[in-house]
Amino acid sequence: MTAQHHDDGHDPNLAHHFESTEQQFQSAKLGMWLFLATEILFFGGLFVAYTVYRGNHPEVFVFGAHFLDTALGALNTVVLIFSSFTIAWAVRAAQLKQIKLLKWLIIATMLCAFAFLGVKYVEYSAKWKHGLLWAGSYDPHVDHEEAFEVIEHEAEIHAPGGDFEIAEIDEVQHVAEGEIVEPVAVAVEVDTASAVVDSDRSTIAPAAQGPAGLAGPDSPADPDAIPVEPGNAKIFFSIYFLMTGLHGIHVLGGIAAMLWLLNSLRRGDFDGGHYTRVDMVALYWHVVDIIWIYLFLLLYLID
Amino acid sequence: MADDTASLDGAAVGTRNQDNYLTHGRGILSWLFTLDHKRIGVMYLVAITSSFFLGGVFALLVRTELLTPGQTIMTADAYNKMFTLHGAVMIFLFIIPGIPAAIGNFVLPLMLGAKDVALPRLNLTSFWFWMVGAVFALVSIIVGAVDTGWTFYTPYSTTTGTAVISMTLGVFILGFSSIFTGLNFIVTIHKMRPEGMTWFKMPLFLWGLYSTAIIQVLATPILGITLLLLVAERALGVGIFDPTLGGDPVLFQHFFWFYSHPAVYIMILPAMGIISELVSVFSGKHIFGYKFIAWSSVAIALLSFLVWGHHMFTSGQSGITNMIFSALTFSVAIPSAVKVFNWLATMYKGSIRLATPMLYVLSFLFLFAIGGLTGLFLGALSVDIHLHDTYFVVAHFHYVMFGGTVIAFLGGLHYWWPKMFGRMYSERWGQISALLIFVGFNLTFFTQFVMGSHGMPRRYYNYVEEFTTLHQASTIGSYVLALGFFIMAGYLVHSLFRGKPAPSNPWGSATLEWETSSPPVAHNFDHEYLAGDPYDLESLRYDPAVEGWVRKDPQSIILAEGGAH
Repeated sequence: MTAQHHDDGHDPNLAHHFESTEQQFQSAKLGMWLFLATEILFFGGLFVAYTVYRGNHPEVFVFGAHFLDTALGALNTVVLIFSSFTIAWAVRAAQLKQIKLLKWLIIATMLCAFAFLGVKYVEYSAKWKHGLLWAGSYDPHVDHEEAFEVIEHEAEIHAPGGDFEIAEIDEVQHVAEGEIVEPVAVAVEVDTASAVVDSDRSTIAPAAQGPAGLAGPDSPADPDAIPVEPGNAKIFFSIYFLMTGLHGIHVLGGIAAMLWLLNSLRRGDFDGGHYTRVDMVALYWHVVDIIWIYLFLLLYLID
Repeated sequence: MADDTASLDGAAVGTRNQDNYLTHGRGILSWLFTLDHKRIGVMYLVAITSSFFLGGVFALLVRTELLTPGQTIMTADAYNKMFTLHGAVMIFLFIIPGIPAAIGNFVLPLMLGAKDVALPRLNLTSFWFWMVGAVFALVSIIVGAVDTGWTFYTPYSTTTGTAVISMTLGVFILGFSSIFTGLNFIVTIHKMRPEGMTWFKMPLFLWGLYSTAIIQVLATPILGITLLLLVAERALGVGIFDPTLGGDPVLFQHFFWFYSHPAVYIMILPAMGIISELVSVFSGKHIFGYKFIAWSSVAIALLSFLVWGHHMFTSGQSGITNMIFSALTFSVAIPSAVKVFNWLATMYKGSIRLATPMLYVLSFLFLFAIGGLTGLFLGALSVDIHLHDTYFVVAHFHYVMFGGTVIAFLGGLHYWWPKMFGRMYSERWGQISALLIFVGFNLTFFTQFVMGSHGMPRRYYNYVEEFTTLHQASTIGSYVLALGFFIMAGYLVHSLFRGKPAPSNPWGSATLEWETSSPPVAHNFDHEYLAGDPYDLESLRYDPAVEGWVRKDPQSIILAEGGAH
């Protein structure tokens, strides 16, 4: 007798185990919020790692942030905030059954996601070109065609737990043409006697020096010849790639979700004003957006 | 309509011929792609018991190797892999999904009088994630296994040549399976409770599952990111945990235990929920101190997030940090003891039936008390310095995990077995098996308390001559334990084919899952229920005609005839 119950005169979007569409919508919404909580906690591990290492090695983060392109980061922030607006509007359009508008808003959001990834690609390839990668592959080098002019640098930072001294560049001007702006910091030398900094030098330190003060036996004999960057600057790039990479994967997930929405739309699932799916994807997309805003602040704008 | 009243009247005879969830669809695909929570629960049950068998084999190999000092049956390297695989398989494949995903999945919607969990597709996804995670773990075992211990501590786990990546990816995927189950349970309990079931009229098993789900949802993502970082460390060398690249290996311990300490409460809280159900039914008495038991589950869940540092008392934490974590660790004893005293008070002056599930309740009370109290030894800073990384820790852990969780799981399995499969198992063999498991377990692990307090370090391949007798007693205990489990497997499988058909309510329980037939129909219930007090055992009477219990007034809890529409 119950088998027939499922087919007679029900809303096709109402699953058999719910009593009302309201109950179904509230269940989906609670589930989505819980899922987003797990997402925040998932990123939370990386934010904790960031906090721990920034607390231990603040100079590394100040140093590393010079290599990130604030202009491109800002552009991506604008792109994502705009996409949050379009997807929020999409929810409204779905509620009002404006199917055509809904379609274009989803497409606009998806285009923003692609634009974000495109800009990210430009940034990543510049890092790749300069060998500014995660610790295990960190091998910084500068192309000869590029010219860098260091305007001014001198600063001393006493790293916690060690009494070595490093110098830091306050301002770097980049005069290469047609290149992505890639400010290069670091012309640093340590002279334990006088902490004299040779401002004519502007090369990036060779990789794999090990923790400052723990230079291994394979380091050059003459200590004056070692251009030193803050100990373990590479850990900054590890964290940069882990955080932005994981975020990028979530952007890809967002694109997949938008495609799913477009497919639902094409099938006519939203014609009856059933907007749960649009609402869920929008919530997810807002979280992806918010995480990026934090990444932008914590990685690009910490100077 | 005749079929429906049959189950209402508790008519056992004929239920086997009815259309039930086991016969509702045929073929392997009707199982693998089912959205029915009962079938998913049964598939989980098969999956986790297979894992338990595999983990048990590893354990027996470890114990056999330790029969004599020096080499007995395997090399030291093989031994390192065996204890790692025992731990990893038992923890991640068996005990974490164990009660919630197998028993919880089956029972939770039935206890709510609902047709299914709120998100059935997510439920199936959870099961499939479990399968994929298990495949990764098996691949890891086949291509070289892991020898890091189940805790995967850096820097060893980033430098050993064994198959750490596939194992940790497997555990990462299993984590999502666990998150999905927990998320589903929270939503279901919030949104699908029937008319009349307020929060404090829920069966206590649901409070246990709800508290567990909170931890699953809030702690497991941290394990996910930790294992992802470990994989990235091995594959790319990101250096987060590598001091030569500026990282910190102790950060791994913090991350790992931020999940894995709450995870032991993922294991024990649903077990406590089962005990709360069983102790009332088999004492023939209303549960004592309902609200205290309910709140103590939530209290344990919240405190579980604040004690992870007690795993790092000897890892160079500051003294003040150690003191804070030690004090917080002690505080977990309060809600745990609240539960134990309430269970004892429930039994007091009850008419106790020593059926197999109740034997497991008594085992649980005895073993969990020992496991819990020895946890206080380890939470005390000075004592922990002496006992850290000895067999005392191993014994404590097994008294809580096996003596607590596994024993309660077995109690729950025997309690809901007639509901799941519609058959009664042999009570006599059930009691023999429960006794063997109790004796074998104590012989295996009580000896380890003694060895540990005398300084026998955990995870060692070799030992001094003085420990030989205790090690051999422990190994013999493990064989007795294994014998108990083989007997159990025998009579449970036998019951599936030859067991007496089970009545709807064989134990005299007042929760809603016993209102439907055994096994339940595919859509769970033919009526919509008005939930009352889940421990009102007085509303039932024994009916010799069906050899089961029936409501004195069957209409009293029916809200609407003919299903929930």
